[in-house]
Amino acid sequence: MENSIKKYFPLFVIPTLTAFIISFFIPLIMGIYLSFSEFTTVSDAEFTGFLNYIKAFSNKEFLDSLWFTVKFTVVSVVTINLFAFFLALLLTKNIRGRNVFRTVFFMPNLIGGIVLGYIWQLIINGVLLNFGVTITYKASYGFWGLVILSNWQMIGYMMVIYIAGIQNIPTELIEAAKIDGAKGFQVLKNVTLPLVMPSVTICLFLTLSNSFKMFDQNLALTAGAPAKQTQMLALDIYNTFYGTVGYEGVGQAKAVIFSVILASIGITQLYFTRRREIEH
Amino acid sequence: MKSKNLPITIFLMGLAILFVAPVIIVLINSFKGQFYILDAPFKLPDSSTFFGINNYISGIEKTNFLSAFGYSLFITVFSVLAIIFFPAMTSWYIARVKNAFTKILYYGFILSMVIPFQMVMFTMAKTANVLSLDNPLGIIFIYLGFGSGLSIFMYTGFVKSIPKEIEEAAMIDGCNPVKMFFSIIFPILKPIAITIAILNAMWIWNDYLLPLLLIGNDYKTIPIAVQYLRGGYGSVDMGAMMALLVLSIIPIIVFYLISQKYIIEGVVSGAVKG
Amino acid sequence: MIKRLLTVILTVAVLTMNTGCMKKASSGEVYFLNFKPEVASVYDEIAKVYKNETGKDVKIVTAASGTYEQTLKSEIAKSSAPTIFQVNGPIGFASWEKYCADLKDTALYNNLNDKDVAITKGDGVYAIPYAIEGYGIIYNDAIMRKYFSLPNKSTSLTDASQIDSFEKLKEIVVDMQSKKKELGIEGVFASTSLNAGEQWRWQTHLANIPFYYEFKENLKEDETTVTKGLDKKEITFKFADNFKNIFDLYINNSVTDKKLLGSKSTSDSMAEFALGKCAMVQNGDWAWSQIKNVDGNVVKENDIKFLPIFTGIEGEENQGLCVGTENYIAVNKNASDEAKKNSIDFLEWLYTSETGKEYVSKRLGFNAPFKSFSENERPDDPLSREVIKWLDSDKNNIEWTFLSFPSDEFKNYFGDVLLQYTQGNLNWNDVKKTVVERWKSESNK
Repeated sequence: MENSIKKYFPLFVIPTLTAFIISFFIPLIMGIYLSFSEFTTVSDAEFTGFLNYIKAFSNKEFLDSLWFTVKFTVVSVVTINLFAFFLALLLTKNIRGRNVFRTVFFMPNLIGGIVLGYIWQLIINGVLLNFGVTITYKASYGFWGLVILSNWQMIGYMMVIYIAGIQNIPTELIEAAKIDGAKGFQVLKNVTLPLVMPSVTICLFLTLSNSFKMFDQNLALTAGAPAKQTQMLALDIYNTFYGTVGYEGVGQAKAVIFSVILASIGITQLYFTRRREIEH
Repeated sequence: MKSKNLPITIFLMGLAILFVAPVIIVLINSFKGQFYILDAPFKLPDSSTFFGINNYISGIEKTNFLSAFGYSLFITVFSVLAIIFFPAMTSWYIARVKNAFTKILYYGFILSMVIPFQMVMFTMAKTANVLSLDNPLGIIFIYLGFGSGLSIFMYTGFVKSIPKEIEEAAMIDGCNPVKMFFSIIFPILKPIAITIAILNAMWIWNDYLLPLLLIGNDYKTIPIAVQYLRGGYGSVDMGAMMALLVLSIIPIIVFYLISQKYIIEGVVSGAVKG
Repeated sequence: MIKRLLTVILTVAVLTMNTGCMKKASSGEVYFLNFKPEVASVYDEIAKVYKNETGKDVKIVTAASGTYEQTLKSEIAKSSAPTIFQVNGPIGFASWEKYCADLKDTALYNNLNDKDVAITKGDGVYAIPYAIEGYGIIYNDAIMRKYFSLPNKSTSLTDASQIDSFEKLKEIVVDMQSKKKELGIEGVFASTSLNAGEQWRWQTHLANIPFYYEFKENLKEDETTVTKGLDKKEITFKFADNFKNIFDLYINNSVTDKKLLGSKSTSDSMAEFALGKCAMVQNGDWAWSQIKNVDGNVVKENDIKFLPIFTGIEGEENQGLCVGTENYIAVNKNASDEAKKNSIDFLEWLYTSETGKEYVSKRLGFNAPFKSFSENERPDDPLSREVIKWLDSDKNNIEWTFLSFPSDEFKNYFGDVLLQYTQGNLNWNDVKKTVVERWKSESNK
């Protein structure tokens, strides 16, 4: 059978593969090459070795935005998952209007980052107005603004995944634990939590990479203000690339570093998911 | 039991209001004059600040919103169709033909899932331009290439669970692979195809940077139109902005309310697989 | 079912999309990347009129505010790159030098009133200014007259035009602020817009004054403050305290509490001015359309006047407005010969034909520095008229020294620290230090 399918290679593989090569593979290879060169358009690239990488790592904004991104990612991963799990626990109880609540909590996830950013800029500035300041007053305001925004956006998504995880737990297991005299919290700790670990892993990685890659929300909410102190990595790369003449190569080098970080997160995730599949 | 859950219900209702509030506040402000928004965003419009639908008119005019809506719709629908169709064929090929090439292919596609867009933003725009793909039609091809990673990952996992016996039986009956794919395999893939469609539709409809860099100057999609409204030697019109935010949310909410069952299921199974 | 749905979607999409612009640009087509969003719609009209008169297509794209460099950078890498683009002076030229065609032999260059204003290198002429602009403190004379007629005013002056120093300005502003209820205003100055992307009136335009005076000291004969600034790898920001004088006056006597200025945009300030909420706002003649187009505008055309920006520097009694240009037009060297020719033809049509000139002076509102424009072909909005009046007066108008600021990044840092200073998170010495340091690091990049 394999051989007869093989004959249809042009039909089955060529369309996707061509698109893939043109829109991803060639740009990726070119991008890696350009990170070692100085250029304004592609045709005028001159090879400069590791200079761009040296410049990137000695660039204060890059290190600052890396640190800001890490801080933001840690805080939002923890808060999003705690809230989402908590809501999932409530919504798997016997409550009237469960589906309505689920619908409402999930809704923000469908709104795009740019629009989300402007919505929350209005709300946060409106609240801060009472204290006579705005979101650009201090970097910490922008930081928590982004955390609130990302919570609002992603809690529903993660909650839905947790709900599915919890609902997959056989009810007999929980009943059995209760008959054995386990209290609510003990059931949660000893039965529910271990059994939803697969969902936890998924949600952790989803929030991790989404928070790390955040761009649109950052651009619309603070655009990095004040003084680029709330600028995340993706925005810093964009600004280096398109905002500073002569720094295209450095921007590309930063993007390579960014890719390496995200690829490591992604590969770790695959490793965990794979291991889980083997265990089961 | 019921009484015990009452506090929880009340708590959830409060929370639900908090979740909807931002959108409602934007909706309210979209009916106020542009200079009464920033100073008092939580106030209801009164006779002096009420602006009717003027913000909507100026927002639609300034950004040419209708054409932005058209571009967004066109690009999203056809990119999603391409993404559920072509990678399905490729995945079946990858899953059924086992050799070094398909293995490399598979990992190549997976790699594209974890690489951030910033890595290829400039070079992709350049490549697309050289090949004249920087138009609403060409960008569909780009989305197919850039979105194929996730689809192939999910399809391949699913195809592996289809028992080969079905195909072998069909083969004996004289069915050729093309016919077999369309009459047997693709219908089986339907549930995962819906998931893939939903995940990609959410991404492409809201995508900002890719269309901006590829076609943003000539064809503005909705997110680009919203961001572009901030332009103009310091002339951001808050009223038009609010109206545009509302206008860009409405189609999403309508779509969501109609097909929320599929969306939520799709997200769940997408997450479990991906 | 699915088929029908798709048909519907496709129909909706095609109906709403602007299918007219789906066609691909031909090789000789003119592509003008416009810098000024406030006149984008006028340019669209010009393209139509040009097509009617000559049968040739001109594609005009406008970059969003604050994104011109980014847009140009992504567009110029494309195969159908802009054939006409703008550089913002010598610094911009340095970045885009590789793309600037020599315009020495064009009628456009020979048409300049003063050929020295073009950007040249060696024998070549690479960018030509197309609009002379001026800025200062715009005031609403109706409110000023109301103030001067108050019996309990603290000043002995009787008219706003008598203000000729920072001291006098400050005395009046502070007094006016204390009488804002009687004057029916919310503050003397419009909001000092410090939102991201809205800071150019301060980090560029206001900053021009201290740097003009700093570079003017010991100026050699063949130098201008711009060329001197371009050579400076380090500055002292000697007149920082003068900058602080006027900046403090702006933020402390404003319509808006200073901690809230971080959310304000230029259009907010212009609206405040148009609605009569304040008496003064720092801006230039290009702002007329923003004042005019505000609903409920109460400012009378005849009451709109300019005052120089006084900062307390010696000899400022003779200071005029800041007059110059950052709008230089360049033609893309890498465009096809046909496209280059068409581009130059278009520019010459715009600045010499009767139709073109009418659009330039009356609709775009540019004070064009070309011989082809006669006295009565100058823009006739109240702000431009005022600028022309100041140009013709015997006052010393100030050059646009900010053309020599080392980079946009420098200006952005400057704006950021001004915001932090305004919000009370930085003291003035830190501002001064950052400006000096950033000049050094940016000009050595």
